[in-house]
Amino acid sequence: MTQLIEFISDNIQMIYIVVLMIFVGVEIIGHVPAVLHTPLMSGANAIHGVVIIGAILVLLGVNPENYLGQALGFVAVLLGTLNVVGGFVVTDRMLEMFKKKK
Amino acid sequence: MKYIFSLQFIYLIASMTYILGLKMLGKPETARKGNLIAAAGMTMAILGTIFFYQGEVPSFIYILIATAIVIGTILGWMIAKKVAMTKMPELVSLFNGMGGASAALIGLIEFEHYTGKTMSIATIVAGIIIGSISFSGSMIAWAKLNGTLKKPLRLPKYNILNNLIIIVLILFATFIAWSGTDSQLFLYVLFFGALAYGVLFVLPIGGADMPVVISLLNSFTGLAAALGGFLYGNMVMLTGGILVGSAGTILTFAMCDAMNRSLVNVIFGSFGSSGDVSASDGASETMKGSIKKTTVSDAAILMNYSQRIIIVPGYGLAVAQAQHAIHELEQLLASKGIEVKYAIHPVAGRMPGHMNVLLAETNVDYDKLAEMEDVNPEFKNTDVVFVVGANDVVNPAAHTNPSSPIFGMPILEVENAKNIIINKRSMNPGYAGIENELFYNQKTSMLFGDAKSVIQSLISELKGM
Repeated sequence: MTQLIEFISDNIQMIYIVVLMIFVGVEIIGHVPAVLHTPLMSGANAIHGVVIIGAILVLLGVNPENYLGQALGFVAVLLGTLNVVGGFVVTDRMLEMFKKKK
Repeated sequence: MKYIFSLQFIYLIASMTYILGLKMLGKPETARKGNLIAAAGMTMAILGTIFFYQGEVPSFIYILIATAIVIGTILGWMIAKKVAMTKMPELVSLFNGMGGASAALIGLIEFEHYTGKTMSIATIVAGIIIGSISFSGSMIAWAKLNGTLKKPLRLPKYNILNNLIIIVLILFATFIAWSGTDSQLFLYVLFFGALAYGVLFVLPIGGADMPVVISLLNSFTGLAAALGGFLYGNMVMLTGGILVGSAGTILTFAMCDAMNRSLVNVIFGSFGSSGDVSASDGASETMKGSIKKTTVSDAAILMNYSQRIIIVPGYGLAVAQAQHAIHELEQLLASKGIEVKYAIHPVAGRMPGHMNVLLAETNVDYDKLAEMEDVNPEFKNTDVVFVVGANDVVNPAAHTNPSSPIFGMPILEVENAKNIIINKRSMNPGYAGIENELFYNQKTSMLFGDAKSVIQSLISELKGM
């Protein structure tokens, strides 16, 4: 229990951000026309590719002797890049089609 | 100190681009720019992380990172550019799974560095569970949309079994965090257990509900990324992850809303299991009527002498790649002075907005795409409704049959039109797996065949008139 309280007081700034971001996310999505649900989901999909930063940090901090860690980290960065690049490019492709009216 | 400050500043900007980008994605005029802004922010955050890193890093690690990024970029770019527009939904699922797997792998590597720190380990194991579920679940969703996995597979008592598994996983994860164990074996048991749960979680859900599942798994991955942010105290991962987690959840509910289903219903769903049986039973009793077949030339004559035609596109159109053909037909009819419109059901195709994307690809005039609420009152003044590869979204059972699994779902009320021509490949039921009494309607004529070839023959018939 004390550990939990300690954790909360140590991380109170991050907890603030979490709570505020939840509200921002909810507000942003309100009143979006159904037409844009798919591109929006795809765009959000690309944004959670931010997990790649964690993967990069893992590789930067990994022990040079830890080969398993390096291998897994390499895969993690690769998959994260796929998520980011693929996600944004697909979203752009979808939206490109919306633009071409006349 | 200066470096750390610069990095924090970059992260702040990147977080702002995510919020701004998502906001702009919600409006048709700004959507594309919004996506590019978020992409720019992401690039900044990635480069900043690499160049402002504090600490001794052997150069081969940099080579490793660069190689992974280059390969990932080329592969991701090629897949995203090459895949056909009709395959878009499964592509989103695929990329979502990649993100989930990445989050889970981070947890697997970092576990040994935080032994004994209960809260950090709790964050790590939560990230592993959520990331793994998101990965394996997305892969199953991808296979289902791809057609590799056709039927929902259900183990006996799958709901109880699944709930049991997730409870055991959570208890096991709590034990790992609480006991302060450094056992890699336990960690991998947890990892594979979560992967298995992801498979079992998505397998029983019908293909028609995959968009909702993908959206849900999308917000899961967001959450997994945010947990990583918490672990490292990394603000940009935290903001990006939570933003997607919360926005994704709201989007999931919005999609459920469009189908008039609750999320609980989708996940533990009666769709197919109990619903399927009762619906097909009910169908065989009430739908003994006969169907009326028509030919291309009869359909063409009917269209030729109409004043108003509404086209209802569905997934069949997408599968047959008939979007260009239908656009040609629409232009041909319009050139004969016939008023032509498209009626777009919010969940037509495999994802909300899927049909709009497809038709926009062929340069269909935006004004001709009518949303469900606007077009429903117009059907009674319409001479011909041409339904191309759509089924469940025009099934009147949603209004009339309380035992139907789609009862209550808003539909396109095409049965009010004077004539209905339905193009399907066969009499097979739609994705929800239920019969459609519309096919037996007196006003309905069935035009069997592949959407593309049928439309093309319609065009050549009409040209000769």
